[in-house]
Amino acid sequence: MSAAAGWLRGLLLPLVSVLLGLLAGAVAVLLSGTSPIDAYVALFQGAFTNTNAFPETLVSAIPYVFLGLSVAVGFRAGLFNIGGAGQLFAGGICAAFAGYRLTGVPAAVHLPLALLAGMLGGFVYGAIPGLLKARFGAHEVITTIMLNYVAANLTDLLVNKGPMSDPHTGSPQTPQMLLSARLPIIVPGSRLHLGLFLAILVVPVVWFLVERTTIGFRIRAVGLNAGAARAAGISVGWTMTTVMGISGALAGLAGAVQVLGVSGVLTPSLSSGVAFDAIAVALLAGSNAYAVLPAALLFGALKSGASFMQLQTQVSADLISIVQAAVIVFVAAPLLVRWLFRLRSVPAAPVSITEGGLGQAPPREGVA
Amino acid sequence: MRGGGEEGDRRYPPTQRSGVLGDAYAVDTGARDQTPVLALGLRGIVKTYGALRANDGVDLTVRWGEVHALLGENGAGKSTLMNVVYGLTRADEGQVIFDGQPVRVSSPTDAIRLGIGMVHQHFMLIPTLTVAENIVLGHETARRGLIDLRAACQAVTELAAHHGLEVDAGARVADLSVGLQQRVEILKALYRGARLLVLDEPTAVLTPPEAERLFEVVHQLTASGRAVIFITHKLGEVMAVADRITVMRRGRVVATTSPGESSPSELARLMVGRPVLLRVERGEAHPRDPVLRLEDLTVEDDRHQVAVDGVSLEVRAGEIVGVAGVEGNGQDHLVEAILGLRHARHGRVLLGSRDITRDTTRRVLIQGVGHIPADRHAAGAILDLTVADNLVLSRYDRQPFARWLIRQLTAVLEHARRVISAFDIRAESPAQPLGSLSGGNQQKVVVARELDGDPRVLVASQPTRGVDVGSIEFIHQQLVRRRDEGMAVLLVSSELDEILSLADRVAVMYRGRLVALLAGDDIESERIGLLMAGAA
Amino acid sequence: MAGIQTWFQSADLAGLASATLIAATPLVLAALGGLMSERSGVVNIALEGIMLTSAFAGFTVAFAAHNLALGLLASIVAGMLIAALHAVLAIEFLVDQIVSGTVINILAVGLTGVFYRTQQDVQGAVILPIWNIPVLSSIPVIGPILFQKALVTYLMLVLVVVVHVVLFHTVWGLRTRACGEHPLAADTAGVNVKAVRYLNVIASGALGGLGGAYFTIQQIPQFLPNMTGGRGFIALAAMIFGKWTPFGAFGASLFFACADAVAARLQYLGVHVPIQLLGMLPYVLTIVVVAGAMGRAIAPAAVGRPYRKS
Repeated sequence: MSAAAGWLRGLLLPLVSVLLGLLAGAVAVLLSGTSPIDAYVALFQGAFTNTNAFPETLVSAIPYVFLGLSVAVGFRAGLFNIGGAGQLFAGGICAAFAGYRLTGVPAAVHLPLALLAGMLGGFVYGAIPGLLKARFGAHEVITTIMLNYVAANLTDLLVNKGPMSDPHTGSPQTPQMLLSARLPIIVPGSRLHLGLFLAILVVPVVWFLVERTTIGFRIRAVGLNAGAARAAGISVGWTMTTVMGISGALAGLAGAVQVLGVSGVLTPSLSSGVAFDAIAVALLAGSNAYAVLPAALLFGALKSGASFMQLQTQVSADLISIVQAAVIVFVAAPLLVRWLFRLRSVPAAPVSITEGGLGQAPPREGVA
Repeated sequence: MRGGGEEGDRRYPPTQRSGVLGDAYAVDTGARDQTPVLALGLRGIVKTYGALRANDGVDLTVRWGEVHALLGENGAGKSTLMNVVYGLTRADEGQVIFDGQPVRVSSPTDAIRLGIGMVHQHFMLIPTLTVAENIVLGHETARRGLIDLRAACQAVTELAAHHGLEVDAGARVADLSVGLQQRVEILKALYRGARLLVLDEPTAVLTPPEAERLFEVVHQLTASGRAVIFITHKLGEVMAVADRITVMRRGRVVATTSPGESSPSELARLMVGRPVLLRVERGEAHPRDPVLRLEDLTVEDDRHQVAVDGVSLEVRAGEIVGVAGVEGNGQDHLVEAILGLRHARHGRVLLGSRDITRDTTRRVLIQGVGHIPADRHAAGAILDLTVADNLVLSRYDRQPFARWLIRQLTAVLEHARRVISAFDIRAESPAQPLGSLSGGNQQKVVVARELDGDPRVLVASQPTRGVDVGSIEFIHQQLVRRRDEGMAVLLVSSELDEILSLADRVAVMYRGRLVALLAGDDIESERIGLLMAGAA
Repeated sequence: MAGIQTWFQSADLAGLASATLIAATPLVLAALGGLMSERSGVVNIALEGIMLTSAFAGFTVAFAAHNLALGLLASIVAGMLIAALHAVLAIEFLVDQIVSGTVINILAVGLTGVFYRTQQDVQGAVILPIWNIPVLSSIPVIGPILFQKALVTYLMLVLVVVVHVVLFHTVWGLRTRACGEHPLAADTAGVNVKAVRYLNVIASGALGGLGGAYFTIQQIPQFLPNMTGGRGFIALAAMIFGKWTPFGAFGASLFFACADAVAARLQYLGVHVPIQLLGMLPYVLTIVVVAGAMGRAIAPAAVGRPYRKS
């Protein structure tokens, strides 16, 4: 098979999956008693053609880039990080703290510092389930989900009449970020902020990390065959902890960017489902860093268009979840797509990300 | 035993008919007729996996009452063929005729219904269940919705007694020895009324005395009219057990003969397609100072049972020390303890004068220990990475393959090209995934990687498992050459022939203990065989 | 006897025990579902979504038909349908079981969200009444704890025993365990691995569906978005903690539910602890338990691995 055909096939499956996903969503809309055409027209207007719609789509896509990369990096090590929401909160808390408490610092220092604080918070919060898996074999799917609930409670504890809450308002939020820590708006009149460039910049960095560094090699080796990696002297537990930390740092960065670029305050509704959406972004991108960009843009458009659609047609914005679920199914089940189209040429290998079940023994470590 | 006869017909599946031999467990094979019906006929079986033709038009006939050996190298297509017969794989083309009738076997259930039983190389037993549960699985009897395990135990005990294959029906399979587990497998097939029994490499896990006992059982089964297909790649066994022999090579049948009409060297030539040296050219060893020393090493398994029990051993520069033993007698744990992959409970591992007992695997490797893991797929290599990446798997982060944290891919590729040609690895490109190479070439990559690092000690665990004869010869020659250049080699192998042809000294392990250390003329097959079985 | 009884009443331990049993109901049911599925070799992290969808379906049908029995049935059927989707994806199309489960959890949020808004007026909805079991309910101490409950809780208690018997004393159970430990061995012994796994995953959905019914048919007469609050995941932790056995899962679920009940009580008694800290408690406990229990508990050997023939 020629290289061009292979490339085409790599693109075909995601495209087909997205179309089928939209189709599945249309069926759901139809069943709920609305015209899917009206719904999708409104969705499109809300995402692209309305005033400021496209900048708004980009604003929505920015966190998806970070979170999509976060999930994708975990996948490469065979880990399923569903803890993006928690790590996003952790990053948001740290960035917010740096953002309003650090005074008298020039923007050139303050902003990077606040972003870094967010990454650090996410790193630590992500590394915890990595460590729990390495040390005790606690499956990351369960621990990260539990940590999401813990982080949501923690955020509420801090900002809802807690130590980080703004004494001047009654609503649960931190004080406003100082201007020196805000990500500046880059399209006047819209909410589109400098985070866009940060997102575009992070993609090649993550690609390089995974594909060209020794850390990335370790991550891939562990993800592909932990036993062989261990025999070759790679510490599997340490690698798992590191990769979960990196994944968490990316999610934390998303939290920081949302606080510093969009809301200007930290509120308990910071996450609002974006972290879960990122699973679909990463799967659609096939865990490839560069492919995360278009995937994030697509989901940004869906999310951004969905609010307008809800306003116009009363169809819940939760419709996007259905579309996402369907997209994941089709991407993760090439066999299903092949069966649907009675094709023989679609790749048959099933997508395998996790090995074994929720109760596996911890990965054995060498003498430490 | 007569008492169980009538009930037996009811209890066991319908293919079990009361037979001509006046024995409830014997089989009706049509042997009374003037023209005996064949047990199994295969006509033009073809099975392809991608570009590989695993079976390329195979014909085979097996008669009732005979032991039919199916001989061939790894990858010759024996297992694929038998998986077709047992319904685990569907053939692309060809016909299966069982007991004179063309049949379609699309699942093991079909095979069982016909009276075909199979004992797989890797036992198909569920370790957490009891012997009786394993045997009745899929053919259980229930009373008022609940499973009748008492009846199952009784039936199994009776069946076992009849065939002289006694086993405790209530024991958990995980607690049985490998030999007993194989017995359970045979009983499982007989319980399902097997008239044709396929044994896939049945002696691979047995001690020589256990193998002898198995041959008796096999002859007893054929004496009762059953047919047995005996898959193996060991020539000696074929001569000892077979009535007729079919030799396969590269997916085709190359000859059908019998022990009387053939000889081991003739069979080897048929199997490999060219004359084969049955022994490696190997001169006298000139050992020097000890490099690796194990002192009273005790290691526990995952369940905290002692797996290696106070082993002391020395490997000197310029010698090959073989560790013989049936698999599962602690060899794996011994190797893991040396490599720092497992804690030693007690005792020391010394590399030269340095104590490396508590070092990490990484430290152990850096200090000059090479390791060819026993299981290539689980520990030796990463099939989804490229050949080049696999060749630096244990040195990926060191000069010249990485500078700081950045990998130097040019150096990695250059290194790969050099090693590929030096070790005659058949690969189109260093950038192709390792999984696209043949098993023999994959193993050569592992061996090349470890030897290329010039270790002071090489721990080679089952270094030729599952590879073709050509690769075996190559790997053996490499090991001997490195020995002559002064490397210390610890060779762990459950293939007695491999130990005999390579080792200068032989340590025999039995139940975690080193029961003997032999040198010179003491290295002799029968003696080691007995030691491996625990007979001192 | 009377002394003990008054002591119980004064500390209200009986009340706590009763509240624990009620709170444990969905956990136990989902944990039983999880272990039916996992014992056959299929990871089911979709239980959260199964419960959410079932809670929604149960409420919608019960409300529309003014019939709680129909609602209960709808919950179970919805659970089975969603589980069947998981089964098809995981068993037929070899989708990574964790991915497939995640898909269903996302889908559940989407489905319940899209259809939720179409019926917000919940005036007149009712829930299952407390059924005092004659004679038994008047036993001191034990009576109020065990025998003054609503239907789903009784069903839960019965199902613990039923699942135990099925798993360890029936042909189905033997085959289930065989498929979860070594599917190829089960296949070569003549067991239809796919069929066993389908059956178990769908049974798992029925159990999870009943667990979902608890929320809207027994607890409150209303559906709320995300009302299952991660209990499907906590149930999986209970399953692991309980070493994949029904009684073990029951005990572990009681433990988690007790933490929940204690937290609720502390708040009710006005103890000065931030509500968010109490809210974290069950989740933190789950993490501790999953980390602590894992080294000792042994999962079915083949769980999470798809089975396919060459």
